[in-house]
Amino acid sequence: MENLKKNIIIIGGGPGGMEAASCLNTIGYTVFLVEKGPVLGGHLAKWDRLFPEGNEAAPLIEKMRSRMEGVKWFVNTEVLSVNRLGSKYTVILSNGLTINADALLIATGFSLFPAEKKEEYGYGIYDRVITSADLERMFREGMPEGLVPKKIGFVHCVGSRDEKAGNRYCSKVCCATSVKQACEIKAMFPDADVFCFYMDLRMFGRGYEDMYLEAQKDYGVFFVRGRVSEVAEKKDGRLLVKAEDTLAGKPLRITLDLLVLLSGMVRNTSASAITKMLSLSVREDGFFKTSDMIYNDQRSAQDGIFYAGACTGPKTLPETLADARAAALEADFYLRQDD
Amino acid sequence: MIDFGYTVSPSSAIEIDDAGLASFRQLCRIEPDAIKCISCGSCAASCTAAGFSIMNLRKTILLLSRGKDREAIDMVATCMLCGKCYIVCPRGINTRHLILSICKTYRKE
Amino acid sequence: MIYEGKKRIWSEFQKEIPDDGYFYARSCIRQNFNPGAEQAFLDIVRNRFGKDFYENPLHTTCGGIAYHSDTTPEETSMTIIARQFSLMQEAGYENFVVSCVTSFGLHTEILQTWEEFPEVEAKIHQMLWDACRREFVKPRFLVHASDIMFKYRYLVSENAVRPLINIKTGKPLRVVEHIGCHYSKMFPSKSVGGAEYPYVLSGLVEALGGEIVDYPERRHCCGFGFRQYLVRANRGYSLSNTYKKFESMQPFMPDMIITNCPGCNYFLDRWQYVIAETTGKTYGDTPGYGIPVLSYEEVAALVLGYDPWDIGLQMHQVAVEPLLDKMGVEYDRAAKYRGKGGKDLGKPESPVNIKCY
Repeated sequence: MENLKKNIIIIGGGPGGMEAASCLNTIGYTVFLVEKGPVLGGHLAKWDRLFPEGNEAAPLIEKMRSRMEGVKWFVNTEVLSVNRLGSKYTVILSNGLTINADALLIATGFSLFPAEKKEEYGYGIYDRVITSADLERMFREGMPEGLVPKKIGFVHCVGSRDEKAGNRYCSKVCCATSVKQACEIKAMFPDADVFCFYMDLRMFGRGYEDMYLEAQKDYGVFFVRGRVSEVAEKKDGRLLVKAEDTLAGKPLRITLDLLVLLSGMVRNTSASAITKMLSLSVREDGFFKTSDMIYNDQRSAQDGIFYAGACTGPKTLPETLADARAAALEADFYLRQDD
Repeated sequence: MIDFGYTVSPSSAIEIDDAGLASFRQLCRIEPDAIKCISCGSCAASCTAAGFSIMNLRKTILLLSRGKDREAIDMVATCMLCGKCYIVCPRGINTRHLILSICKTYRKE
Repeated sequence: MIYEGKKRIWSEFQKEIPDDGYFYARSCIRQNFNPGAEQAFLDIVRNRFGKDFYENPLHTTCGGIAYHSDTTPEETSMTIIARQFSLMQEAGYENFVVSCVTSFGLHTEILQTWEEFPEVEAKIHQMLWDACRREFVKPRFLVHASDIMFKYRYLVSENAVRPLINIKTGKPLRVVEHIGCHYSKMFPSKSVGGAEYPYVLSGLVEALGGEIVDYPERRHCCGFGFRQYLVRANRGYSLSNTYKKFESMQPFMPDMIITNCPGCNYFLDRWQYVIAETTGKTYGDTPGYGIPVLSYEEVAALVLGYDPWDIGLQMHQVAVEPLLDKMGVEYDRAAKYRGKGGKDLGKPESPVNIKCY
């Protein structure tokens, strides 16, 4: 199988890139994985547990890494330049390597919406306003000493479904993450009241609706349909939060000890260099544009360049993994057909 | 005191801080299904009393959970206990039983 | 509270404020409510700082009150404002400074409308010509008078006689800043500091030694709202909003309120009287008195050592004396209601629940 001597470069070492790497490696290609950051795993490496069943993130990354035997992966490494010659790509990396690749697979993922952009929520200004990512870190590293919140709020759609923030789309994972975190924090502080402020509860995936029912029935989480409009700090440092309870048709005010903002997904802001280098096109939402969104959702408009994971729009983790496997197969089809 | 012809008006906002939720918690103990409501509105849509009175079971449950007890109880008072809402509820809440439990829990008020 | 976080937001909302050379447009209502404030402003910028601020007695109201009360169409305001621009151009100025916040908002709105709909601007050129045979050029810079005081804040602090420090405790005075809705809520990018954490007054107060009180309802409207006050049946609604603000700020025991809008200044001041006379409640740390409400130029003037009665502080409903005592300002108690040349202006009748002198 001569064609399996071919080189593939994967850009991005998150779960999408890792999964695509192990698939292509298993098929027999020579796979190079380039990660800008210091570790593999992307956002997953910063997460504690995963919805809907509460699996731990760390062992999953380990499992994925163990399947990458044979993949040549580099962290703290960037793509410096790409030159196309016929159907080959000459890629120069910041670690001094030059690789002649037959295909490129982009798996640059997403960035979390910078919550401080929603000025009215006061992230970075009020001490007790945190993001969902901050809460995951606390779950991993332990809650801050002396924090015994009596009332906790979760704000869905922070930077999502918000034209003012520049993002009209739904980030897909926040509703389920919020409900997961609400249950986890309620389990940690059983005497606390937990409130989720949502616009629509998008519990679309398998097991998500069960998670919602469990949150209501077993954890007594309160759900308020209405977007938080404004947060302010009281004299004692607690937060005054305003929303409309749209189902009651009344404005609602509540004092909270901790407010968690569910930061949505935005295009990876550090992927602009590679976007420019390869002249990749993006959609209005900033994520990469695929050939079509139904049948060729892993193909770019250029031969030999493929996409995997959340770089083509918000995805849950299993969706990213499935997308990565599909992208690997698409790349394989392309490379076989090449000869 | 001077009468200017206008005064500070009371706020209609839901104030969760003042909302004594003790009664609602008591209700949930005897009627755990109360918190399963997803506010779909099937109950109010098929309600015999709705349209002729202020009855709205979806809103009753919501208002109780926000401490707006008075408003909620006024609604329940017009229920005919026909049980149509029990048939349509997608969460399978025993609505008749719930309504009776609400009456029991909040009777003293 | 993380101060650095606020600074980050402030850095995103900066506007260019020319240092000198302005056409000054007065406010119709301020000249009635607090006539000393604008006089103090002009005296500070011209005589203390030696800047060129020109005003023309031919300029009129901008028509903002009528526009916001739905009694005149926007074209009327546009033509009135076009005439002010014409006066500015005639006098050889290209920077326009507005004393009133609603007027500033209206000027901004109109300039923005003309930018997006040039045909509207063309129509106004014709209307102004038909009305009074005048032509106009738009200003290069449009700013609010509080932007100017913000720009000169270090000039004020360098010349401070009485900084915003409580002389008895040596601690900074606790100041509530209130920004008029029409200053930054319509066009945050045209303000200093944006709409959520405006910096224009905070920066001034900080420079003068005071400490800003960030209370929960800080961003809430003063309650004026034009029709909400102008129609008597709606006044309770206006009052309720002001009440909400006072209830929210009281735990912080503010020493004073600084505003940049004539409407806010008036209502935060006068409604304290109505609240006191209908509920018996007064706010602030001095029982029986309220929280003094001052404008940016009144505050600057006090800091620069002006006599409180010369800058018209007797026109405020809430007595300023407790604040003057805290700042260590010397004043003649008996001279409060004496006008120019010692003329007796007459003492107002004192309310029952809130002292005004």
